[in-house]
Amino acid sequence: MSRVLGLCHHMSNLIEIKGVTHAYRTKAGPLPVLDNLNVSVPEGEFCAVVGPSGCGKSTLTRLVAGLMKPDQGEVWLHGERVTSPRKTVGMAFQNPVLLEWRTILDNVILPLEIVAPRMPQRDREARAMHLLEMVGLKGFERKRPSELSGGMRQRASLCRSIVHKPDVLIMDEPFGALDAFTREDLWQTMRDLRAAEPFTCVLITHDLRESVFLGDQVIVLSGRPARTQHVLRVDLPADRTIDSLYTPEAAEMLHLLRDQIRIAQGRDGDIH
Amino acid sequence: METLQKIAVPVLAILAFLGFWEFIVWINGWPNFKMASPSDLPPAFARYSHLFIEMGWQTLWRTVAGLALAVLFGTLLGMAMGFSRIARDALYPLLVGFNAIPKATLVPVIALLFIGQHDFNTVLMAFLISFFPIAVSVGIGLSTLEPEYRDILRSLGASRITIFRKIALPKTLPEFFGALKVSVTLAFIGTNLVEIVSPHGRGLGALFKSGETNGDYPLMFAVLIALAVLGIVLYYAVVALERIFAGWAERPQN
Repeated sequence: MSRVLGLCHHMSNLIEIKGVTHAYRTKAGPLPVLDNLNVSVPEGEFCAVVGPSGCGKSTLTRLVAGLMKPDQGEVWLHGERVTSPRKTVGMAFQNPVLLEWRTILDNVILPLEIVAPRMPQRDREARAMHLLEMVGLKGFERKRPSELSGGMRQRASLCRSIVHKPDVLIMDEPFGALDAFTREDLWQTMRDLRAAEPFTCVLITHDLRESVFLGDQVIVLSGRPARTQHVLRVDLPADRTIDSLYTPEAAEMLHLLRDQIRIAQGRDGDIH
Repeated sequence: METLQKIAVPVLAILAFLGFWEFIVWINGWPNFKMASPSDLPPAFARYSHLFIEMGWQTLWRTVAGLALAVLFGTLLGMAMGFSRIARDALYPLLVGFNAIPKATLVPVIALLFIGQHDFNTVLMAFLISFFPIAVSVGIGLSTLEPEYRDILRSLGASRITIFRKIALPKTLPEFFGALKVSVTLAFIGTNLVEIVSPHGRGLGALFKSGETNGDYPLMFAVLIALAVLGIVLYYAVVALERIFAGWAERPQN
């Protein structure tokens, strides 16, 4: 559970992606996915990343998690260069990937078994129960994942991704498979979790409303190969509600993002 | 009511089958040296009961020993194929080819190789015939593990062994038990193959052979029934193990 503190804190950004270029090797030759990408996320900030389908957003999450290395450029976390996976990262995906043979409680505990092998089981359970209670899953801790609805499974997955108090939470379209109302519920859960347990977050999403509701900044990536096309600061108060999305400021931001996506898709005369 | 139905339905089905069998023999007027009927079986069991127990035990332990070897070797082979692309490419054609060989053709080869080692030969055949499904299913189970499952632990810096122990192994268990159910009957066939084809006078297969030599059809059919019962027992033993170790894979019915 210990927070690995970087030796040098002169860098103000917790996540620093500098000039990252990456291509996948395919039978038809190299497929460039990221092109000189630059992203900076200060500590405690929530960074939403939007962009056209298949533009390399998931590659970005794998790079930040240290699951792969870029062809060129550097990824820095906490002033340390990322070259391999580190214990201070949490991940959540569109598929909640809960382990069917474990109870919900044991699923949430899983990262602690890796990161804190000597932590007493009682403390692990207490920590997991605390989170499950916060996301409204109290009373379901002994159930199997197959007994829960999609939204509940994703809540459990969220608990698992932050149970070890990661510095960075990386989410790859975590709410993409949920219905619109469940999704809004989970946005609010996410907001409350963040208020209770501060973490720096990178969220990949296709949903512009989601990016504005949750993000401190929204980064629009261009079509493949992805470059940073636009960075939007979201100047809404931290205690946002769903109603905040219906204010003129939010409407303006959503409109701007929509235009940027259109450009990213190459459907705007200004660019192509 | 439900438990009664659970027991009554299969029992009635078996009785109907026996009745049909008895009827066919009776209507054709077949004598005992041509075809036995179910009513001939209890006297045959009673007459040779000590032989059934002795031979049945021999068949059983050899089958289980062969199956245990198959589980061990098949799992290791499956792990190699599941984790290594090269191992998969190298081993797959070999395994498929070996599996396609009718195992009866191997009996004389083995009998000549390990002459007189009857127990060893039988266990070996039970093993050879039954490891294939286990190796394939473990291999496929491991190689088709969704990358996200690996990533949630890999992103925490977990070692390959930890990922295997905590995720890959339990996730493959349902496939493993599915294969084990096939393998258990195959191993049983392997054991009896050697006992019948390679003359040495041990196991239920040998008892069948002696029935054939003496024209004792009731004995032969009694052996077949004993084999069927033993096969059912072994199969449901595997089902019981599956319930214990992979019961989570069974979805609650509603």
